[in-house]
Amino acid sequence: MTTLTSITLAKALNAGLRKAMEDDPKVVLLGEDIGALGGVFRVTDGLLKDFGEGRVIDTPLAESGIVGTAIGLAMRGYRPVVEIQFDGFVYPAYDQIVCQLAKLHYRSGGRWSLPVVIRIPFGGGIGAVEHHSESPEAQFAHTPGLNVVACSNPVDGYWMIQQAIASDDPVIFLEPKRQYHAAKADISLDESPQSLWASRVVREGSEATLVAYGPTVATCVAAAEEAERQGRSVGVIDLRTLSPLDLDPVLAAARATGHVVVVHEAHVNLGMGSEVAARVMQECFHSLEAPVLRVGGYDTPYPPSRVEESWLPDVDRVLEAIDRSWSW
Amino acid sequence: MTSLDDYLAPMPSEAEMVQLLTPEGERVSHPDYTFAGTDNQILGLYRDMHLVRRLDREATALQRHGELGLWPPLLGQEAAQIGAGRALRTQDFVFPTYREHGVAWCRGVDPLKLLALYRGVDQGTWDPTTTRLAPYTIVIGAQTLHAVGYALGVLHDGAVGTGDSNRDTAVVAHLGDGATSQGDVNEAFVFAASFQTPVVFFCQNNHFAISEPTERQSRIPLYHRAEGFGFPGVRVDGNDVLAVHAVMSAALQRAREGGGPTFVEAYTYRMGAHTTSDDATRYRLSEDVEHWKLKDPLARVEAYVRRRGLAGEEFFESLAAEADALGVKMREGCKALPDPDPAALFDRVFVEQTDELAAQQAAFLQRAGAAR
Ligand SMILES: Cc1ncc(C[n+]2csc(CCOP(=O)(O)OP(=O)(O)O)c2C)c(N)n1
Repeated sequence: MTTLTSITLAKALNAGLRKAMEDDPKVVLLGEDIGALGGVFRVTDGLLKDFGEGRVIDTPLAESGIVGTAIGLAMRGYRPVVEIQFDGFVYPAYDQIVCQLAKLHYRSGGRWSLPVVIRIPFGGGIGAVEHHSESPEAQFAHTPGLNVVACSNPVDGYWMIQQAIASDDPVIFLEPKRQYHAAKADISLDESPQSLWASRVVREGSEATLVAYGPTVATCVAAAEEAERQGRSVGVIDLRTLSPLDLDPVLAAARATGHVVVVHEAHVNLGMGSEVAARVMQECFHSLEAPVLRVGGYDTPYPPSRVEESWLPDVDRVLEAIDRSWSW
Repeated sequence: MTSLDDYLAPMPSEAEMVQLLTPEGERVSHPDYTFAGTDNQILGLYRDMHLVRRLDREATALQRHGELGLWPPLLGQEAAQIGAGRALRTQDFVFPTYREHGVAWCRGVDPLKLLALYRGVDQGTWDPTTTRLAPYTIVIGAQTLHAVGYALGVLHDGAVGTGDSNRDTAVVAHLGDGATSQGDVNEAFVFAASFQTPVVFFCQNNHFAISEPTERQSRIPLYHRAEGFGFPGVRVDGNDVLAVHAVMSAALQRAREGGGPTFVEAYTYRMGAHTTSDDATRYRLSEDVEHWKLKDPLARVEAYVRRRGLAGEEFFESLAAEADALGVKMREGCKALPDPDPAALFDRVFVEQTDELAAQQAAFLQRAGAAR
């Protein structure tokens, strides 16, 4: 049995990128500072040395240029993997992503496929200055033609990045930057992973269900453990795929527990939680004991870092939401 | 015709730049530019550079002690920033990046305001209407368009070419060499040229955009680009405060007189890392850093001052004491900066508070009360 032992999410993504590049010579990486520096989070560390400048392309400082060029490369048969340095810097490329990348398969009558992966380190909690802690997922999940996924741990990171690269459709690939160098895991290379488009039951629970993705999965697991100490059995589901949304495990859990809380860092207003809540209500109305609740960032700009902890959903706020659901 | 090989040849560098004070501290003349200031003004520029270098060093140290989340050092760029900052008139308006600590100094921004931003206490709360310095901009290049728009407003207000030196107004957009690749910046150039706005693009070519050398952004010297957009470009020795002051004074005056935009490339070098989170040894050679140390912007003015006997020991001693006092003020002031009240985060999202946000704020306060 082959195992990658005790690696972080950043290292797992690096290993996944390396594997994808070894397997397919058409895979090329583009981004700012991804070469000699190895990316500001070191996710592309060492890849320039091993694959050369033709495949690890340190680009000029221009996000629209990076994504637009990746689109052209895809039209020529390549499989570009783009790194956006931080979530807040994806917006200069927004037009290329939303109006071009997302629509070209459709506009070309299906003649072109656009296997472009856009990696975005996202979310807060790292003490950064403004524009370095955003959660832009809903902006992309709202766009037809884009797939949006978020990994939450090293094992998923390793497999999901390879699956995203193998997908013939564009994938917005969100990486919780707070988790890059956090928990380590062993990755078994012999097990075949779940589909990229499947959410995952992280923890079973019979009395309430927490739905999360990316950085809030860890928060929800911690909250569920605390709830268990307090005598309540709480399950956690990692959505992983935000568009398409795999809600089957969520619906099953909602029917079983009757209490659902969606937790993300993004603003609550029109966030992913709104869609999950609407769909759960639509499908499981008669099984619900309380409305689906949402816990997330307030509808303010992301705050200065010294107070971000009071803005981000934490274990307390999740527990409080579970209590609220139960006292309905 | 220019062949492709010409473009791919190494970029010509220092030969073309305006210099008025050599690294050895000799004054030299230039056919187009002169430093018109007095000896006293030279001492003033030296004092500014000395103090902002100290400001920068203190901030870097505070970050190392965990008091700041991040700091982008200006080490090596003092002459570029002070030369540009001191060429301004009160009514001129400046759009900075995130590294313009020397320019902020010239605009009278309290250094503690800069620390507050990088400590994560606020997002830059100096008053842009009195300092005439916009907030720092972190998204690369975005501010260049704001500068052009502001300058368009100045033009429409008839505040150029009146001959009234208290009224005629210029606008400065700061940017880095990396920023020249952004679409926004190129659009700013197009708009500035098209409307002949009174704006000066001041590009500090410090040789790197984090790890990427300037050659990754441009195969021709940056200042040559201006011509393609239809306005003049000039390269100045960015480590020569007299030359930067002279070139910026001329460009600002041209703007104030209604002459339109200018692109000034200050040719300099980032002596520190990109920010305190960066490891510059991964991508640059220590020989280069050593080479640039010989061009230090402060040392050359000091050599000139001493050789010419413009100031005695007491000048340097009192300056050192002033710098120490600044250091103390920064260290003590930084630690005393209060964290913002989290409940106030809901207040300034809109001018007119929405019911929804007011409700979120109330719920937040209730939660905070319950937790207490
Ligand atoms: C749109 C955008 N993309 C990426 C970044 C991340 N980033 C911050 S500074 C920087 C390099 C900027 O280089 P340059 O313009 O030369 O200015 P310098 O910092 O060297 O003064 C990068 C890539 C950003 N802030 N904004």
